Amino acid sequence: MKILVCVTSVPDTTTKITFTDNNTRFNKAGVQFITGPYDDYALARAVELKEKLGGTVTVLNVGSADSDPVIRKCLAIGADDAIRVDAEPTDAFFVAEQIAAIAKQNSYDLILMGRESIDYNGGQVHGIVGELLGMPSISPVMQLDIDGSTAKLTREIEGGKQELEAQLPLILGCQEPIAEWKIPNMRGIMTARTKPLNVIPPAGNDTLTQVVGYELPPARGSVKMIPAEEAETLIRLLRTEAKVI
Amino acid sequence: MSVLIFAELDEGKLKGSSKEAIYYGSKVAESLGTAATAIVIGQADSAELAAAGRFGAAKVLHAADSKLTEANGMAYASVVAAAAEQEGSTVVVLAKSSLGDAMAARLAGKLRAGLAANVVDLPNLSNGFRVKRSIYTGKAFAETELTADKKILAIKKNTITPEEKEATANVEAFSPALNDSDFVLKVTNTEKATGDVLLPEANLVVSAGRGLKGPENWGIVEDLAKALGAATACSKPVSDLDWRPHHEHVGQTGIKISPNLYIAAGISGAIQHLAGVNSSKVIVVINKDPEAPFFKSADYGIVGDVFDILPRLTKAVKAL
Ligand SMILES: Cc1cc2nc3c(=O)[nH]c(=O)nc-3n(C[C@H](O)[C@H](O)[C@H](O)COP(=O)(O)OP(=O)(O)OC[C@H]3O[C@@H](n4cnc5c(N)ncnc54)[C@H](O)[C@@H]3O)c2cc1C
Ligand SMILES: Cc1cc2nc3c(=O)[nH]c(=O)nc-3n(C[C@H](O)[C@H](O)[C@H](O)COP(=O)(O)OP(=O)(O)OC[C@H]3O[C@@H](n4cnc5c(N)ncnc54)[C@H](O)[C@@H]3O)c2cc1C
Repeated sequence: MKILVCVTSVPDTTTKITFTDNNTRFNKAGVQFITGPYDDYALARAVELKEKLGGTVTVLNVGSADSDPVIRKCLAIGADDAIRVDAEPTDAFFVAEQIAAIAKQNSYDLILMGRESIDYNGGQVHGIVGELLGMPSISPVMQLDIDGSTAKLTREIEGGKQELEAQLPLILGCQEPIAEWKIPNMRGIMTARTKPLNVIPPAGNDTLTQVVGYELPPARGSVKMIPAEEAETLIRLLRTEAKVI
Repeated sequence: MSVLIFAELDEGKLKGSSKEAIYYGSKVAESLGTAATAIVIGQADSAELAAAGRFGAAKVLHAADSKLTEANGMAYASVVAAAAEQEGSTVVVLAKSSLGDAMAARLAGKLRAGLAANVVDLPNLSNGFRVKRSIYTGKAFAETELTADKKILAIKKNTITPEEKEATANVEAFSPALNDSDFVLKVTNTEKATGDVLLPEANLVVSAGRGLKGPENWGIVEDLAKALGAATACSKPVSDLDWRPHHEHVGQTGIKISPNLYIAAGISGAIQHLAGVNSSKVIVVINKDPEAPFFKSADYGIVGDVFDILPRLTKAVKAL
């Protein structure tokens, strides 16, 4: 089983987002970067499948050298090697083309991604890669088992879930509870230092979108507290003041 | 060169979010000096299809091949691509949804189109083609230029309020050739709650967290939701503990919602929870701890015990 896991390097979920340079640049000062939480689920399941079925797990990031700590952590968790396409990933199509170019050179049985990045929340890279490779893509996947060359999986749908069977190779966008997040242990951290991290130049530079500026949402007004004894007035206020019911 | 809108059905009816998408698409078409065409895939009666006209579609293409009955993002993307080709559309609009996401991503790959997800406003056409989209899970917005010839806009719920008009759309059957390679996934089982308000579609949401103490206590949450005609939601630990199904989990790692009203009962308001709900128009927080962080992000707050407050609110709603 040859598995490729695509990971993003994103601000920790507790980050207070701010911008600099007249709101044209994300302010990285003091920000802790982590693997996307959905990517973490994908990686955890990939490592479990490798332990069960044998094979290799390769981690791929399209990003600058700033991503290296996050990539090393993925190696510490159990990936065998890593590839970083050295480029500023500002556009989903560009990222998808990089992933597709690497997948074409290596026949992976599974390409696992997160359901979506938690910075740009596009939820699109898996589908675009699928189209570029002519391969099925499924997202969001909550359960995954492999039986020979067949994948048995569960995906979430609105108001429920659906069980599916499909032939490998496949591209999947993952979410919980596909696996438990893994924390690297000391041995993993030591061995990660010597595992290969290959840095390669990007293939082409097609971008179809470009961010021109950022904005923060307006602050919410102050909260109106209603004494517990008068809780019922809330319903009246929702109708007459907020006009939402 | 009309603007094409992918309009989704749920049990044969146009989804509310798709009505918003049709109206949004018709507004984009107006500014581009063209008309709006909706593409609808699956079984629906002609009156329902013609009703797309109420929201601004001049024409509806209806793809009703029985192979398309089962929602299938890959096959739907091929159908929408064929419709875009026939109509000469360079702008495709859809509502952000589970099926919409899968369809739009494949479509972007097929058309080499720039895809902006979570769009929250009409495009600004004064300087190229720019849209505002929600990023960092609701914590910021990015003004994004779509530089490719073809553009796909996936709009966030509640971006626009449709104004209905007395009009019907012309319905045309649409039967493009289907590719076998789009039908390789075998669905072996589907479980879907029926009759309930779908959470991503809901205008009103009643949500509860670990403060409810256990799944056996959800009756008081469901009663209030039912009285309001609201959907139910929950925090991540609640779905992790299997008190509630995963598709009700909202937040950073769950569903992102933007309803008119979000009522949070017994939820502390962790930043990862807020990320998924902070674009709700009005937020009500009920928590017994006056220091709960959620009160800082609320419009209305009640410090009290959910087991006392929720049933009283239900009674008050019924008395309206
Ligand atoms: C101004 C700007 C700065 C950015 N800086 C960085 C940065 O420093 N480091 C960084 O990693 N990204 C950075 N990003 C890129 C961003 O994280 C996404 O990679 C890219 O924009 C696609 O976003 P999306 O939300 O459409 O992805 P989605 O479609 O939501 O992503 C789905 C899945 O695709 C895979 N994927 C997405 N992007 C990548 C990637 N870059 N490499 C490998 N797999 C990926 C992941 O598995 C992810 O879960 C930046 C983007 C912008 C606009
Ligand atoms: C990477 C990451 C992603 C995450 N993603 C999500 C996500 O998507 N969604 C999410 O929700 N969380 C997410 N979390 C978890 C989040 O950090 C919180 O742990 C979680 O939201 C807490 O859930 P809760 O409010 O139900 O429980 P708690 O924090 O335990 O809060 C329970 C609240 O109930 C109140 N309470 C107790 N009894 C009563 C009573 N009788 N009446 C009234 N109030 C009462 C308490 O005062 C307390 O405020 C994520 C965490 C991480 C690290």
